[in-house]
Amino acid sequence: MSSPHQLINNRKIATHESKAVTLVLITVALSYLLLFLGIPLFAVFYEALGKGWALYWAALQDPDAWSAIELTLIAAAIAVPANLVFGVAAAWAIAKFEFRGKSVLITLIDLPFAVSPVVSGLIYVLLFGAQGWFGPWLQEHDIQLIFAVPGIVLVTVFVTFPFIARELIPLMQAQGKDEEEAAVSLGASGWQTFWRVTVPNIKWGLLYGVILCNARAMGEFGAVSVVSGHIRGMTNTIPLHVEILYNEYNFVAAFSVASLLALLALVTLFAKSIVEFKVKSNGDRLPHGETE
Amino acid sequence: MAQFKAHSVLPGFNLALGFTLLYLSLIVLIPLSSLIFKTATLGWGGFWEVATNERVLASLRVTFVASFAAAVLNAIFGLVIAWVLVRYTFPGKRLVDALVDLPFALPTAVAGITLAMLYAPNGWIGHYFAEHDIKIAYTPLGIVVALTFIGLPFVVRTVQPVLADVEAEIEEAAASLGASRWDVFRRVIFPSIYPALLTGFALAFARSIGEYGSVIFIAGNMPFISEIAPLLIVAKLEQYDYAGATAIALLMLIISFFLLLAINGLQWWSNRREIR
Repeated sequence: MSSPHQLINNRKIATHESKAVTLVLITVALSYLLLFLGIPLFAVFYEALGKGWALYWAALQDPDAWSAIELTLIAAAIAVPANLVFGVAAAWAIAKFEFRGKSVLITLIDLPFAVSPVVSGLIYVLLFGAQGWFGPWLQEHDIQLIFAVPGIVLVTVFVTFPFIARELIPLMQAQGKDEEEAAVSLGASGWQTFWRVTVPNIKWGLLYGVILCNARAMGEFGAVSVVSGHIRGMTNTIPLHVEILYNEYNFVAAFSVASLLALLALVTLFAKSIVEFKVKSNGDRLPHGETE
Repeated sequence: MAQFKAHSVLPGFNLALGFTLLYLSLIVLIPLSSLIFKTATLGWGGFWEVATNERVLASLRVTFVASFAAAVLNAIFGLVIAWVLVRYTFPGKRLVDALVDLPFALPTAVAGITLAMLYAPNGWIGHYFAEHDIKIAYTPLGIVVALTFIGLPFVVRTVQPVLADVEAEIEEAAASLGASRWDVFRRVIFPSIYPALLTGFALAFARSIGEYGSVIFIAGNMPFISEIAPLLIVAKLEQYDYAGATAIALLMLIISFFLLLAINGLQWWSNRREIR
């Protein structure tokens, strides 16, 4: 017969793993993360700084690197606000009203995530390239979109299209429309309701979406590479500049510029954790829609 | 049409929906439709020729096999990672938890050049394998490594919240009825998390198929051996074979569409199981 003490022990065995199993599982998990995430992250900075600060600074001060940084910032500065306005409008229509075809609309908004980055670039070449639908018209009017800055901005908008909308839609659906209806029935105008009731409720979700959207906008490679034409100092974003340097076997410079993007990734992860922490401590909800 | 929208006291519906539809059409729908129109210029014969071309088929095979292998790896280890993050405490756990999202945040080109360097025959990790005559970078194995990196967060992040929701009472009940720890995992915990595991697997798989930036640096890009389908699209574009590139893109899109359908089916199926 088992004593009460043994019973408790048995129960513990069945609801918790033994020390050895726990240790093995933790070791396996951490080794896998170290091999695929930890070492690569460390390696970026090691390769960038391994030959000394002087070479690192030289790579960053190269005029081509600067123009790449400038172009990346321009693309993000247009894509993020554009998709922010869209995300809020889409979430307002979808979360606050009942209408037909809503689920189709939600699926269509997610479409850019289902498309390969290369295909995202391709469709804009098909539209605006020299052989494209609008190609002849654009040439007549001496406008170049593809292999130029506007094309890069357009594909960046495309690949980051769903980020903010897909954060806001579930969040605003979960919050319902009672507060807005109360505000309107008390005489607030539409914009007053939006700015004073809706925006404070969604600010963390909004920020979360902006952080993810910005990270993708600055880091996009495949789509931008198809429409850029790789003209140094003209149509190169930071990731494209990294590719060129790497293919020229200029590894120190490639990793120096890449370290900027790795820093951006770390800042993104940090900001994301802060928002998640804030949301948790406020007791708010944040639907965990991850990026793809 | 009268019942298109239910009555509401809130303003702004026409403006919000109008803007949404306009922006969606301009940025997404019209550009995407060009794929179909461009492929149509090839005709069925031309499309069939591209779709059955040896090199195209080989690239699709490489893409799908490598994506599947990477997704399987991530399903296994992602489950272990999710388990460890939900169930155990250890120093630095929050840091590790945040780091899991790194592949979402790190630009793919950076991942690509870094992994290529690490797994090259003279790289930090690659040289251990080179001693045993295993080449990783510049072979299909390298593609699997890159896609494993890209897909890593999907399984962890879909399984984690579901695993956290598994009620301790059910485990205790099973245990008090005499189940061993392994039985409890296999017959109580696993059935409730495996829909999420499948979803995470499918998401990682779908994402890997379209991946380009992280793969091209490490793949070696040998036609028929380590050339992925997105790279073949780029190659066709560089030869100004727009119709050919579009046909491959459409093929990939069709396959991705069926994968999305499968994901939705899985989610529907797991919801139905929950209700039962």
